[in-house]
Amino acid sequence: MSGLGLSAAVAGIDTGDTAWMLVATALVLMMTPALGLFYAGLVRSKNTLNTFMMCVAAIAVAAVTWAAVGYSLAFDGDGSIIGGFGNAFLSGVDFAPREGTTIPELVFFAFQATFCIITVALVSGAVVERMRFGPFLVFAALWSVLVYAVLAHWAFGGGWLMAGGTLDFAGGVPVEMGSGFSALAAALVVGARKDYGRQALLPHNAIYVLLGAGLLWFGWFGFNGGSGFSTGDPSVLAFTNTLLCPACTLVVWFALDLLRGRKVTAIGAATAIVVGCVAITPAGGYVSPGWAMLLGALAALPSYAVIVWRTRTGVDETLDVLAAHGTAGLFGILFIGFFAETAWNGVSDGLFYGNAAQLGDQALAALAAPAYAFIATYVLLRVMGAVMPLRASARDEALGMDVIQHGEEAYVTGEGAILVMPDDDGAVERPVANPA
Amino acid sequence: MKLVIGIVRPEQANEVLEALYRAEVRGFSISRVQGHGGELDRVETYRGTTVKMGLSEKVRFEIAVSDPFVQTTIDALREGARTGDVGDGKIFVLPLEQAVRIRTGDTDHGAVTPVGK
Repeated sequence: MSGLGLSAAVAGIDTGDTAWMLVATALVLMMTPALGLFYAGLVRSKNTLNTFMMCVAAIAVAAVTWAAVGYSLAFDGDGSIIGGFGNAFLSGVDFAPREGTTIPELVFFAFQATFCIITVALVSGAVVERMRFGPFLVFAALWSVLVYAVLAHWAFGGGWLMAGGTLDFAGGVPVEMGSGFSALAAALVVGARKDYGRQALLPHNAIYVLLGAGLLWFGWFGFNGGSGFSTGDPSVLAFTNTLLCPACTLVVWFALDLLRGRKVTAIGAATAIVVGCVAITPAGGYVSPGWAMLLGALAALPSYAVIVWRTRTGVDETLDVLAAHGTAGLFGILFIGFFAETAWNGVSDGLFYGNAAQLGDQALAALAAPAYAFIATYVLLRVMGAVMPLRASARDEALGMDVIQHGEEAYVTGEGAILVMPDDDGAVERPVANPA
Repeated sequence: MKLVIGIVRPEQANEVLEALYRAEVRGFSISRVQGHGGELDRVETYRGTTVKMGLSEKVRFEIAVSDPFVQTTIDALREGARTGDVGDGKIFVLPLEQAVRIRTGDTDHGAVTPVGK
């Protein structure tokens, strides 16, 4: 049987929905290298590659753990706390439609895998410039199963939050609050960079930051627009809200920058794009475009405040994952409780439309997800820290993680480089102008 | 009047700046240079091409000071730049024939003494 005949033969598959979800999956996967670019620009030049590589590592590790057990624990069965092992190692994941959708479960699996991947990559922002690469790989593997898969089950896979009525369209619980509050725990366990609070540790390339934010926003149309698993109304609503909400965050962020420093900053703008995209993530398919714009505008305030506050503390949560993701995700989750509208989402109203219970369901998620993410990550890293050093020595940190961890530099000139030929074990050395 | 040149690790540059400020040495310039001073080569690999990096990134301080300030400056450079490992850098002290402050035309001692001292 040809591949075409097979897919046409499977009942319940919608080709239009499947086509869009294939594209959406690719868009979300692109967000992880985009995040790598965003993060790499925010660190010092000697840590450029290591920072980007943590995002690349998230793809490598989380895709494998997701296929092995993560997907199954998140999406097999509707246990209250955790799923089962029925889909472990992709068992039973094939061309048949995923229950409740019109797309093959293989596509559903891949789409959800990209969410796990980027969430692991997001957490790295808390520990860049000092965490050793090996322990980060171990952390990524364990965290993707012990924290991400659990939260994904609660919010998406039929776990207790979803069953209790919490609305989370595209991942306010597992992705945004999951990464943000885990980042805080990771920063506390790994500890501050050695020069934190003594020297100005500045972003080395603002263009990377802006380009990374732009590519993240582009990918986020697949992230939110794909979270309806179809081309239906919820996806269309979430897609357009993903344009409107971050735009309003940008406008308000400009105003806050003007009030505080009398200048609109580029790195502030890049941050605002991320904050706006995060805020609309849980709410995308549940609130009207008008409320989405208000959400974008208001979400700027708590995230801006947390960034200002965090830099005055001793907590080196280096790239402000808590402010951009944890805080804005929490705000978006709560916002649904006020402004969800059955006329737009066909599911539930919020407090503003007479259904106070929805706000209660949202508040429960806003308490439970941060608590679980923080505690589980804290314990995981403490246990890891007892068996392996998590961070580089002060000397290695000073030299830079690129040379120490990877034996490469991002901005190598090649002057003074001596070529080591593979067949002479370095006995014959030839100066080269440009090794790259 | 001397010209003190300090060649230090880039990661120690901020420490050196702090030490110089504390010693009230306020006029200097810095530049990024590459140098080789006997430290072990770093081996790097770029897609199968393995190279030994013979040159290391350094930061070069140039500080023109009046004679009573020479030892203070040297001490500050050493205090900020020293880690104890090979590759901490060097300090060179050269006689300086003349210094002129462009704005005022002040020469010599007046030129190397920061404004307001």
